Amino acid sequence: MKGKKGMVALGVLLAVFLSGAFAQAAEPIKIGAILSVTGPASFLGSPEAKTLEILVQDTNAKGGVLGHKVELIIKDSGGNPEKAFSFAKQLIDEEKVFAIIGPSTSGETMKIKGVAEGGKTILLSCAAAEAIVNPVAKWVFKTPQKDSDAVIKIFQQMKKMKISRIGVLSGNTGFGNAGKGQIEKLAPEHGITIAANEVYDAKASDLTAEVTKIKAANVQALINWSIVPAQAIVIKNARQIGLTIPIFQSHGFGNIKYVQAAGAAAEGVLFPAGRLLVADVLPKNNPQKALLVKYANDYQSKYKEEASTFGGHAYDAYTILIKAIENAKSTDKEAVRTAIENLKGFVGTGGIFNFSPTDHNGLNVDAFEMLTVKNGKFAIYK
Amino acid sequence: MEFFFQYLVAGITYGTIYAIVAIGFNIIYNATGIINFAQGEFVMLGGMTAVTLNGFLPLPLAIVLAVVVTTIVGAVIEILFIRWLYKPSVLRMVIITIGVSILIREIALHIWGENVRALPYFTGSSVSSINLGGVYISSQVLWVIGVGALAVAALTAFFNLTMLGRQMRACAANRDAARLCGIDAGNMVTLSFMISAAIGAIGGAVVCPITYVQYDSGTPLAIKGFTVAILGGLGNSTAAVGAGMILGILESFSIWVLPTAYKEAISIAILLGILFVKPSGIFGSAEAARLKEF
Repeated sequence: MKGKKGMVALGVLLAVFLSGAFAQAAEPIKIGAILSVTGPASFLGSPEAKTLEILVQDTNAKGGVLGHKVELIIKDSGGNPEKAFSFAKQLIDEEKVFAIIGPSTSGETMKIKGVAEGGKTILLSCAAAEAIVNPVAKWVFKTPQKDSDAVIKIFQQMKKMKISRIGVLSGNTGFGNAGKGQIEKLAPEHGITIAANEVYDAKASDLTAEVTKIKAANVQALINWSIVPAQAIVIKNARQIGLTIPIFQSHGFGNIKYVQAAGAAAEGVLFPAGRLLVADVLPKNNPQKALLVKYANDYQSKYKEEASTFGGHAYDAYTILIKAIENAKSTDKEAVRTAIENLKGFVGTGGIFNFSPTDHNGLNVDAFEMLTVKNGKFAIYK
Repeated sequence: MEFFFQYLVAGITYGTIYAIVAIGFNIIYNATGIINFAQGEFVMLGGMTAVTLNGFLPLPLAIVLAVVVTTIVGAVIEILFIRWLYKPSVLRMVIITIGVSILIREIALHIWGENVRALPYFTGSSVSSINLGGVYISSQVLWVIGVGALAVAALTAFFNLTMLGRQMRACAANRDAARLCGIDAGNMVTLSFMISAAIGAIGGAVVCPITYVQYDSGTPLAIKGFTVAILGGLGNSTAAVGAGMILGILESFSIWVLPTAYKEAISIAILLGILFVKPSGIFGSAEAARLKEF
């Protein structure tokens, strides 16, 4: 008899305890990520996925955001826009995610822009093209700096160096094409004449003839806009044929591995990039310094490889989202979306973000620093 | 005029690289009558392995070992995928070798990741070059040309002067007849895969300071090499060198006068043109081509 009473009491106690526990553990916030972890754009997607994993662990270890744990669902698109499209539908319709981070490439992002809009789901893209946020779409944001700003940064530098006649080389990829378009569009207003403008195969193994054409055009500087390995080959071939003019590369050059691949030829190359690459040598009063050093160290100690600016784009996407949830004090999608739009002075790896209803990127040309290669390392160009 | 020679040098560089790959195609074709579409992967493997080994071995030793490793891979591929086939059709061989090339690429991606790698320049550095009256030649280009020339000379001697070389050619001409003469045709095919893997690997190691190497860098080279092999006339290594030079120089001069975007179209246009007009290749005889399966 006594024993039975005890059992009941225990059961009641247990029920009270459990119901209390349930009331406290709020629903997790589901965040979807569509990243090209494998495939040709894996140099973007792989550090992005690794970065998100660190960040989610971090948030959950601190007890989550507004009491909600974060649940991360990573989908590997392999850089394929069709896959990205079906993942986006799946994440929104079936998983009912709160927000999507990614995709890694511009082509994929453009493909799913409409899906995010239709599904009223926040999309924080990690891709570069300006077209993602211009024209502005209500639910779509992006964290990397715009390619147009990279071009403007280069032209500003050229003005300082009194360069007005240039040659342009670009790879025949989406990235190369977009950059070439921006260079052509922005050159006239910066007083730059493009005397030679050539597109080459991104898989080319030697570009001696192409740089010879640049040399023959008698220009003051060369801009090359391509991805690996061509951007390492082009500077090597240029130096070999005795082309001594300044060489500018796109912000895609921001990975120390390409510098190592190019060896001595990389010395003195100029390119605009976010400040992550030079976190160690930034002046102490730089607002980004502490954050950049911490991110770079966390990433390196966990994955035993150097952090790249690309992982930084995912870092910014995630931290902006969490900050917006905190600011909105709510997990209502609409409220959080508005909170992102009103986020000002947010310090990220890519720069200081100032969003507004008309600017869903929040960065301007100051997010870029003009970098160069000195003794095989990245340095701030002075 | 100074630029004329600069374009010419660039063309010769391209041509030599293409010719080295084309020679690899020719060796297997000579012994078996088949086209090995995994030839570009041998070039990639040679470069990749040499770079990895150079991490802890001196350069010459790393290259030699890389060639040995790739040669073994060549033998293994032949034994696993080719040897047990009884009188395979050309189409079947094409599909199998394309499959092998995809397999090697995926394994390479697994081992080395997608990173771009390179060997250091054998002499000089990535910026140094020899100045001949305004025309600049990288010392590595001379290495590529020298090694290419040596490889052609050695192969020509091997196929024409040695018993083993003659036996391999006999197998290609008529496998049944060769067998009746007491030649072990199976081993000859394995040997041809080994030699072409070795040539590919040597080429890969010599060109990789210039071109870099990545898990998928074999395929574009294989397409060019195949074009050159067909252009020269399948099976003839000396012709491959001539054809390589023609294609390389044409490409280089096309850049001089046309927008560079057309460069890739040129090799394909040439290949199609040759296949329509003279399927036996520029230097091949129509008579001999009729005896070939391809």
